[in-house]
Parts: sequence; C-alpha cells; structure tokens
Amino acid sequence: MAHPKNGVTAEDVKKIAKLSRLHVEADRLQPIAEDLNGILGWIEQLGEVDVEGVEPMTSAVDMAAPLRADKVTDGGKRDDVLKNAPKSDDGFFVVPRSVE
Amino acid sequence: MFIAPRVADKKDWITTDTGDWEIIIGLEVHAQVASESKLFSGSATEYGSAPNTQVSLVDAGMPGMLPVVNAYCIEQAVKTGYGLNAKINLFSRFDRKNYFYVDLPQGYQISQFEHPIVGEGEIEILPIDGDGNVGDPVLVGIERLHLEQDAGKSVHDLSPDETYVDLNRCGVALMEIVSKPDMRSPEEASAYVEKLRGIVRALGTCDGDMEKGNLRADVNVSVRRPGGELGTRCEIKNVNSMRFIRQAINFEARRHIDILEAGGEIDQETRLFDSVKGETRTMRSKEDAHDYRYFPDPDLLPIKLEQSFVDKIKANLPEMPDVRKARFMQQYDMDEYKARLLSPDQRLANVLEDTIFETFSARLGDRSKAILTYTGSNENKIKLPLSVKSSEVEKATELLHSNYDTSEFIPELHDVAKAINNWTLGPVFEFASKSSEDPADVLKRTDLKGLYFAIFNDTISGKIAKGVFEKMFAGEGTADEIIERDGLKQVTDMGAIEAMVDEVIAGNAAQAEKAKENPKLLGFFVGQVMKASQGKANPQAVNKILREKLGL
Repeated sequence: MAHPKNGVTAEDVKKIAKLSRLHVEADRLQPIAEDLNGILGWIEQLGEVDVEGVEPMTSAVDMAAPLRADKVTDGGKRDDVLKNAPKSDDGFFVVPRSVE
Repeated sequence: MFIAPRVADKKDWITTDTGDWEIIIGLEVHAQVASESKLFSGSATEYGSAPNTQVSLVDAGMPGMLPVVNAYCIEQAVKTGYGLNAKINLFSRFDRKNYFYVDLPQGYQISQFEHPIVGEGEIEILPIDGDGNVGDPVLVGIERLHLEQDAGKSVHDLSPDETYVDLNRCGVALMEIVSKPDMRSPEEASAYVEKLRGIVRALGTCDGDMEKGNLRADVNVSVRRPGGELGTRCEIKNVNSMRFIRQAINFEARRHIDILEAGGEIDQETRLFDSVKGETRTMRSKEDAHDYRYFPDPDLLPIKLEQSFVDKIKANLPEMPDVRKARFMQQYDMDEYKARLLSPDQRLANVLEDTIFETFSARLGDRSKAILTYTGSNENKIKLPLSVKSSEVEKATELLHSNYDTSEFIPELHDVAKAINNWTLGPVFEFASKSSEDPADVLKRTDLKGLYFAIFNDTISGKIAKGVFEKMFAGEGTADEIIERDGLKQVTDMGAIEAMVDEVIAGNAAQAEKAKENPKLLGFFVGQVMKASQGKANPQAVNKILREKLGL
C-alpha cells in the first residue's frame, strides 16, 4: 500500500501518545507509525475525487445546528454521574493529585 | 500575526540605565454568559451549589451523549459583539480543542477556532492613573469573540495527595473576548477590562462578577524598545481583579526587562500570578505547550444565523454606558467625573433620571407639558426617561405646537440635576456603602424631590438637609413629614431672628465691641445665633441683621 508523503514518524506517535496520556512501549512506536501511515495512505485516495467548486462541509448534511431554549432540564443526578468513578468522596470525583 | 504600531505615551515608558522600554499588552477575557442552563446541556449554571449536582451526562463526557446548542447563549454572544462594535459572523462553527486535564472529562473543550461567531471590533477606553488623572482616550482593537465551554473546578486542599473535582461549572458558556495587543500600560489594561465589564453588564449578557470568576482575564505581556521590534510574550492566566491585573503586568514587565538587560532571552511560557506575593511564576513552559489539535466538532452542525435575527438584536440594544455618559454630560451639564460615576450602572442611571425628571416637572408645574413635545434644536434636545408614558406625550402634543422652544427650561433642568446628582454622589453613595445597599435602592426610597423643594423654597437650610436625609434613610418618612415632625422649619420671621441676635449681642458685649474693629468676628456671631436657633434661622437673614446691629 502506498504510504503518504511526509507520513507519521515514530517520534510523532510518541508525542501524540504523550498528549493523550497513553502509554506506548518504545518497541511499539515504529509499528504503530506504520499502521497509521497505512490508514492515512488509504484515506489519501480521496484526494483523487474532483471537488472543484464544492464548499468544504464539516458534516454530511447541509443544515444549521438545531438550537434549544435556555431552560434547566437536566442535572440533579450526582450519584449517577459519580457511579463509574473509581473513587469519589463527599460528592466530588477524587483523582490522583494534578498539581505539585 | 499581530502588529502593534502604537508607541506608548512617554509617561508610560520604563526607563533604566540602558534606555527606555515600553510594555505591550493584549488580553483574553473570559465572560460567563448569564444563562440559566449550560452551553450544550440543560444543567443549571447557578453558582455555589453542592458539588456535581448540576452535571448532566453530557457535561460528564459520557460516551454517546450529544451536545445541543443553547439559543440564548448565541443571542448573548451576538449582543456582546454589537457592544464591541464588531462584525457578526452569520456563519460560525464549533471546534474541538484537545487537551488532557482532570477537570475536563470530555478530553477536549468545545470552542470556536477557525470561525468565531464575532469578528473584529473596536472599543474606546479612558485610562486613569493611580492619582485619578484621566488620560487621553485609547482605541483598543478586538480580534474576535468566540463561544466555548468552561471546565470544571479542581480542589487541591481537601487531601494531601489527591485532587477533588467538581463538574458543576463544566460546560457553562463562556464568551472569550480577545483584544489586539493595543494596550501600553497597566492602567490601560485595567481600564479595558473595566470597559468590557461595563459593556457586558449594560447588555445583561454577563454579570461581570470578578470575585465569582464570572469575568476573568488572561494577560499577555511583552516589552520592547519604544516603537521597536516586538519582544517574546508571556501569558499570565486567570487574573481576577483590576488591581491584580496592574500588579501582574508591572511585575512581568520588570522581569522581562531584567532578563533582557542581563543578556538573556524571554521564554514564551504560561505563568500564574501569585496575588499574595504580587509576583508571577512559571505554570508551563513552551516545551510542554499544548498542541491542541483543533478540528471541527463532528457532533455539532455549524451555526447559521439569519440576517433578520441579528438585525432584531441590534435594534433592541439598550443604551451603552459610553453613550449614556456623553448624554448625561450634555443633557444635565455634568462634568466628566460625575458622569463617569453616575452613568455605568443602568439601574442607578434610570432611578436617577426618574428622580431628576419628577423633580424637574414639579418645579415647572404647568409648564412641564411643553417639555413633552420638545423637538427643538439638537443641542437642547432632552431625552425623556422611560417613565414618561407615551400617552402623556401624545396628549401634550395635541396641546402644544410641536416646535415649541424649551431652551428656556434648560437652566432649571440643570439646576435640578445638579442638586440631585450631588445628593446622589454624596449622601446616597455614602449611606449605601455604609449599609451595603445598592445606591439605586437608597435613591429610590429617599425623598430627594421633597428635600430639593425644602431647600429650594427656603423651608430648611442646606445645613439641616443632611440630617433630614439621614432620617429619610432610616425610613422615618418624606422630607416634609420629617421637617414638620421635628420642627425643622427655617425661621424666616425677621422679628424672631432680631430677638435672637439682640440676645446674643447682649450676652457677648465685649466681643461685639471688638467686632466693630475686626469684622472677621462676624462669623462667631452668626455661629452663636444659628446655635441659639438650633440651626433653623435663615443664615442670610441672620447675616443681614447682625451686620446692621454691629454696624458693619
């Protein structure tokens, strides 16, 4: 399969993993980069389609966002919201310390 | 990229052994939209509720939940855009700003990157230095205003090795207002935030409460040689008072200059302001700077506004503080200082104008009808307060010719306005601050109209008026009721005053002799007579009779 020009490097994978807080073993960086390049190369085939004069769209449907009225219709479900949390206390989510 | 053509006033330069420096400042202000519910969910936005009680599954970032845009928030952003004299974009779009943090359960913030709802604008600010001197007006460019979600709140002091997270604020709508780097001094920066706050409060789009964090500023600071090449900037996050904004800028500018003069380089970084120490410190350096990987949020369709929708918002904008200030100065002959204090708060301004007009029309009596139909030349034009009903205007229009010249009433209006303004700026503000009341409420429940006429008709002297006000403030009744009840009516009976004068002269015969040589002693006698009358004697009459009796 054709790989894209200036494709993803092992270094890029390391950076993206860090930004996403994902742990990737060093020996997996290169294989993942190759996988991603495979996917990107496949997607690049879309470049062959002629889109001359077509406005870029961010969704598959050409319509404006539906809007809702400013009414309180949700919330008040603290216990539901906390249900999946590994730890909670006194109504708060409790997570490992995020500052020094 | 940003350009910064304006060179700071020389007075704002920082001069060191190596020469002059100027500070370049740009601000990003986050103003919380005063909506009932969040930007993309129906959870409440109320401040101070128990942790995680105002969180929906959308706010908690649960899989499969879809955001739906709050129409009211869109409207408030457009309104604020008009307040900033900015371009409204009929097409805008939401993007995902990806970053990882404990109080952002989605793993991204929904914001607007490429297509903000409001584009470039411009506002005028009036910087005021520490001594209250008003500088020249400065035009500050607005780069953009976009809508985005707020994050949750992290609490670090409930456990030594854990962070507690409350998502109540998560998803609340914010308007991020980005300025151009057009400010050159700490005073200009705080004047800009003050101006923004005035605008959003006048529009009702944000309550502007900085203590609650409903309006907060990120400050971008760099230094350069005056007019020279731009330096590297640092961003100081979440500064939440006008004073802290000035402190943070002063500290940061000095820090930059010290580094540059020692031959160093400024690292582009994000810093925190420590309000206790009055200094800034590194929060994160460029190396860990976020790579936000923005992309259009696939959960949300673009926002497309109808021209008729934005036109309607524009047509219904309230009077902006600057316009009101200029009108107050012109219409009521106020100086800049008084207008600056009395015009920003819309409610106070409304109550004040109602009071002025009630008093004014009472003073005009029958002539007041003429005012209602006034359409004379522009410089004398009077804008009637809302309390004057349109039916009254119509009725009066029938009675009088439409180009009736009311310029003859202007001095009377100015006289009334001057008195009411001074009472408001003096006792009303003073007592309101003592009792932590809204000055508008104090103004509304004290009878300044009655007080005005009591002085105007010489019923009481100005000296006694303050005491009457104090009693009105305490809820003891109208001016007339208090004056009547406490027997405060000024003594204008010449015979009675003469008797008091005689008594005082007789009791101070030696002084009276001296007074003939030394007219300055007159003051002593006036004081004694006023005291004898318990302040009720008409001071002009006392003066006149004393002069006669003492042969002055």
